[in-house]
Amino acid sequence: MRLAEQLVFAVQSLAALRARTALIVLAMAIGTAGVVLLTWLGEAGRRYVTDQFAQLGTNLVIVLPGRSETTGGAPPMFGETARDLTLDDALALRRSEHVARLAPIVAGSVAVAFGNREREATVLGSTAELLPVRHLSLAAGQFLPAGDPRRGGAECVLGGTLVRELFGAASPLGAWVRLGDRRFRVTGTLASAGRSLGNDLDEMVVIPVASAMALFDSEGLFRLLVEARDRDAVARTVADCERILRTRHDGELDVTVITQASVLSTFDGILRALTWAIAGIAAISLVVAGILIMNVMVIAVSQRRAEVGLLKALGAAAPVVRTLFLWEALLLAVAGAGCGLALASAVRAAAAAFVPELRTGLPGAAVAAAALVALGIGVAFGTAPAARAARLDPVLALARR
Amino acid sequence: MIELRAIDRVFRVGDQPVHALRGVDLAIARGEYLSLMGPSGSGKSTLLNVLGLLDRPTAGSYHFAGEDTGRLDDAAQARMRRQHIGFVFQSFHLVPRLSTAQNVALPLVLAEVPRAERAERVRAQLAAFGLTDRAHHRPDELSGGQRQRAAIARATITRPQLLLADEPTGNLDRHTGEEVVRVLERLHDDGLTLIVVTHDPALGARAHRRLRMDDGRLVGDVRGAEAHDAAR
Ligand SMILES: Nc1ncnc2c1ncn2[C@@H]1O[C@H](COP(=O)(O)OP(=O)(O)OP(=O)(O)O)[C@@H](O)[C@H]1O
Ligand SMILES: [Mg+2]
Repeated sequence: MRLAEQLVFAVQSLAALRARTALIVLAMAIGTAGVVLLTWLGEAGRRYVTDQFAQLGTNLVIVLPGRSETTGGAPPMFGETARDLTLDDALALRRSEHVARLAPIVAGSVAVAFGNREREATVLGSTAELLPVRHLSLAAGQFLPAGDPRRGGAECVLGGTLVRELFGAASPLGAWVRLGDRRFRVTGTLASAGRSLGNDLDEMVVIPVASAMALFDSEGLFRLLVEARDRDAVARTVADCERILRTRHDGELDVTVITQASVLSTFDGILRALTWAIAGIAAISLVVAGILIMNVMVIAVSQRRAEVGLLKALGAAAPVVRTLFLWEALLLAVAGAGCGLALASAVRAAAAAFVPELRTGLPGAAVAAAALVALGIGVAFGTAPAARAARLDPVLALARR
Repeated sequence: MIELRAIDRVFRVGDQPVHALRGVDLAIARGEYLSLMGPSGSGKSTLLNVLGLLDRPTAGSYHFAGEDTGRLDDAAQARMRRQHIGFVFQSFHLVPRLSTAQNVALPLVLAEVPRAERAERVRAQLAAFGLTDRAHHRPDELSGGQRQRAAIARATITRPQLLLADEPTGNLDRHTGEEVVRVLERLHDDGLTLIVVTHDPALGARAHRRLRMDDGRLVGDVRGAEAHDAAR
């Protein structure tokens, strides 16, 4: 029997039981769409997070006060602060030839006021080099002045939201704002950079690091951003930082030095594994759909015993009978997978129209995997019923019973 | 064309052997018209299934067109059925979801006859069996006689040498049954070897050679005019 005729025959018998076929295709479609969409969501999430990290620059080395005992893995969020990481510690790192730029950071929350308008804002104390290290850009005016970081000036740079809320449409440049009990002059405003790892730059005030230390009455840095000269210098920069700080801290390494790249790859790895785990769980529904296909094929074979007997009487050998039933299972699986992929891309298109972060395409690997799994399921769960049909004794199958 | 020698067919039901055929010897020449009669359970259908290569005998030899069928594997037997043997059943066995034309075309589809030739042969066959205006009807839209004519059209579209009919009129009223028998006899007139199992003595008597079975044994084999005479 020719391939085209086999397909026609299989399609005809599927079409004869429209409702049954539609339901199986639906089950298969939901399973396929589930796998593809969940993988896509996981992938979009992973990209979002890793893009955020990458925005910070891959030459970046971060020094945190406190020592995390865990080696490798995610960065320590709550290091035990044995000793402060001071501004002098930071400046000492300039001795390393691998360090290109350096931005000490002090962070805190304080009320910002202009005239009678006031609101709570995050204050970032840093130096002029924060601008290039964090890849920030200005909307207007100038950033913090270069110069001795130990000197606490009264300059401040405002994020976009703060400008709008405190000044409305007026230009804030040159105006004096109050941060807590101190006065600062606005020298510039930050261009909107969106959210960066949970820090909404639009809602921040940047002031000189020494001024921030005075404002918060603190000697310790929140962290220290170090930019290596290039990617290849990152490892040596880490070594230099550790060596210099160990010496300064009486031979004890009580800081944690992490690289942006390692953070990036750690997150990337975790999120990738998570995505595949989710896809794997979703794939269970594909297996369930496969069992449905098998169930329906077993029923079909027993309902169509007479037909199988007839085909054999007409001269169809067992392999032909087997292929005919296998095609039916395969067509169910493939039609289901096709509908599932169509459904998934429709959902993706709709979601992408509303959420820009979801604009990434369906992951090709997941689409290919789902299609292959569907085919595999068609074959795996269709084989047993098809073999059963092929084994039927024509005499018994034709006998009226 | 057909030569059965010492054919046994034993079914096992639990530990009990059931002898459906016992030592059947039978030779049939090309173009013969036989009827096969006997009480229920005497082995008529079993003999027909053996002749049609749907069933393998437990013992004995079966030569079809000079070929020792016992030596053929399943695929070769299937090919032989496809090319040389047609079946007609009491309950028609038309595929319910297929139209009359599609049912009739089925053997040609299995034999991989090209589409254009197939359509032509199906059209001619439907015309010969008076089913042209029923070509696109499904079996449940046909009368019993039409169904059996469609089944015979299907069984003979590959121009087999042997047509095996197991109680072809069993589900039909007398008038329709006679009509179907005339269709079969016309095919025999064109050279087809015809074997009809029946419980109807009048129908059995029309055959040129009448076989009688009892308890798995061939107990009667009457030929020629005397058969017709005996029936009268
Ligand atoms: N598959 C089988 N398994 C067990 N016994 C069987 C099987 N097929 C037939 N038999 C037995 O073989 C014997 C002959 O059966 P067969 O169907 O050939 O009879 P028959 O002459 O066609 O009867 P009827 O006129 O009722 O159709 C019966 O006793 C039957 O029970
Ligand atoms: Mg019978």
